[in-house]
Amino acid sequence: MKYVDIQKHAQGRHFRKHDLGMYEYTYKSEITRVSRLTDTENLYRIRIIDQNDRKRFSFNPGQFVMLEVPGIGEAPFGISSSPSSREDIELCIRKAGNLTNYLSRASRGMHVGIRGPFGTSFPMENMHGQNILLIAGGLGLAPLRSPIAYVQENRTHFGHVDIIYGTKTPSQLLFTYQYDMWRRDEMGLSIIVEKADHLWKGQVGLITKALEAVIAGKDAAYIHNTSAIVCGPPVVFKFVCNILSEIGVPMQKMFVSLERRMHCGMGKCCRCNVGSTYTCLSGPVFDYWTVMNLKEAI
Amino acid sequence: MIFRVLDKEELVKFFNHLSANNAIIGPVESGIDRKGKPLYAFEQVSDFARVRLDYTTTKLSAKRYFLPFKEDLAVFKIDGDDWHKTIDFNCDKATVFLGLHACDINALNKLDKVLLGSVYPMPHYAAKRKNMFIIGVGCRPQPFCFCRSMGSDTALHGFDMFLTDIGNRYFVEILSADAYNFLQGVKTRAPEESDNLLYMKIVSEKNQMFAARVDTTDLTKILDMEFQSPVWKQWGDKCLGCGTCANVCPTCYCYGVEETVNVNLRAAKKTKTLYSCNVIDFAEVAGGHNFRLERSTRLKYRYYHKHRGFVEAYEESLCVGCGRCGESCLAGITVPEVIASVRGKEA
Repeated sequence: MKYVDIQKHAQGRHFRKHDLGMYEYTYKSEITRVSRLTDTENLYRIRIIDQNDRKRFSFNPGQFVMLEVPGIGEAPFGISSSPSSREDIELCIRKAGNLTNYLSRASRGMHVGIRGPFGTSFPMENMHGQNILLIAGGLGLAPLRSPIAYVQENRTHFGHVDIIYGTKTPSQLLFTYQYDMWRRDEMGLSIIVEKADHLWKGQVGLITKALEAVIAGKDAAYIHNTSAIVCGPPVVFKFVCNILSEIGVPMQKMFVSLERRMHCGMGKCCRCNVGSTYTCLSGPVFDYWTVMNLKEAI
Repeated sequence: MIFRVLDKEELVKFFNHLSANNAIIGPVESGIDRKGKPLYAFEQVSDFARVRLDYTTTKLSAKRYFLPFKEDLAVFKIDGDDWHKTIDFNCDKATVFLGLHACDINALNKLDKVLLGSVYPMPHYAAKRKNMFIIGVGCRPQPFCFCRSMGSDTALHGFDMFLTDIGNRYFVEILSADAYNFLQGVKTRAPEESDNLLYMKIVSEKNQMFAARVDTTDLTKILDMEFQSPVWKQWGDKCLGCGTCANVCPTCYCYGVEETVNVNLRAAKKTKTLYSCNVIDFAEVAGGHNFRLERSTRLKYRYYHKHRGFVEAYEESLCVGCGRCGESCLAGITVPEVIASVRGKEA
């Protein structure tokens, strides 16, 4: 009687095939390089095996992918690489659970699955012509590295650019090999640690201290024309965004990236809901005004 | 819409026509509860005598047939470092659903909005949903039913045909061409004025019978205003965090995904299991941080999703007012009471 074969149906009028396929469609990918960043974080370079899929795969800074190891699990990861490098994507992953512990033992050549990219992104093009504050706490530098790369590649489109980065200890600093390069590209880099070790010569304190030092000498014209991107644990957004609000950066020009548990990435499983907003569909990037209006977001 | 009148004996014939080639899911008596009242469940039936179209309500909604509690999203064949993923939508035939009440049909319509109507339609659900033939049936409101308050006491779409008992015959609304064609096989007649009057009388009688009510006026705003209200703590202290409400709910679709490897390490499975936002690890992220550790925040979240978030997104509540959660709740928490307390009133 009414039996409709969904595969045939997909080519008909109700659905576009790629919409249906998107749901569980996994790009089979190969880990092309694993580099150790710290004791707990590795940077994985991942390449989609199918050439056509690879050409079509593009993302914006701030978006995430679902990384799957068959039989082990699947989890969301923010993309850490530049949107313009189309060959490979890079994911910076901390050992925290089943999947990430398994990945920490992974080596070159392993096949993993990639779904995505999902979610909203930082509106980089709207920020052209403005001063940018890029602020990261801890592992927040992983998703922030993508907008940093964008700014670096389009440096002439932006005014003053300052990166402010804080971690607990110097040994947790990520992407240390890139700091000189960022400075060379006229991006101010201010690094602070909460607890120094005997080799540390830089600033010591909370990230808010570094932020206050950076904005101390700025005038009203600078503030008026500034956007901020903040990544990190919720406590970082809260204090950083408060300081920025106080000096007069409008809430809709501060962008934060939220982290939640996700099982689908497509607005189905509800695991990532904040209040009743899907972090995977309406986020992970929100402007601070929206975050303030989300219940229990930070 | 086309209306017909169908004699009760003809419905038996119609049932037998359908059951010759199709699986039919219908309400049957599945046991007796401790007060001696019959319990009903949606089960596959081949004998019309077992079907109880006058059932009150079922403990579980019919969702296990289109949103199974456990379902394989994909299977993997693993070969060394390489693997192959196969996706099966787990639907190989059409199914007839006989005797869904308006609330359950509306629940399907609401699920459609999330699972079919969004940017990423869910093929596992779509395959089953597109292969349903739904015969709705009119109901008598139970003391715990508040579907009228939620605007889901009548189904306007989402079914193939809808039966309303008017004495020794059924008043039939026909919505799909399939239903019209199938009905050609049995004797029906056009409704007369007396049938129409009888139908209207029965519907208006039904409307008088609702005992439970939920005041939904400005509810989204009130929920926002009362986010810090102490009543949430009170309900949270009562709640056991067991997830029964989500299990019986016809619209709860939240899930978790788990991957398992076969013992021979040559195959793996990706399994979706329905979950409940009241269960403790619902919002726990890697590293151990739990965004909703308190029972009260989880219970509150459930109400926010049903009565606020969904309303903002789709301009209707995700709750259909079937009252199943309140009936099954081990702690006796019911939706009308919770909403009334948030409004600062007695239920």
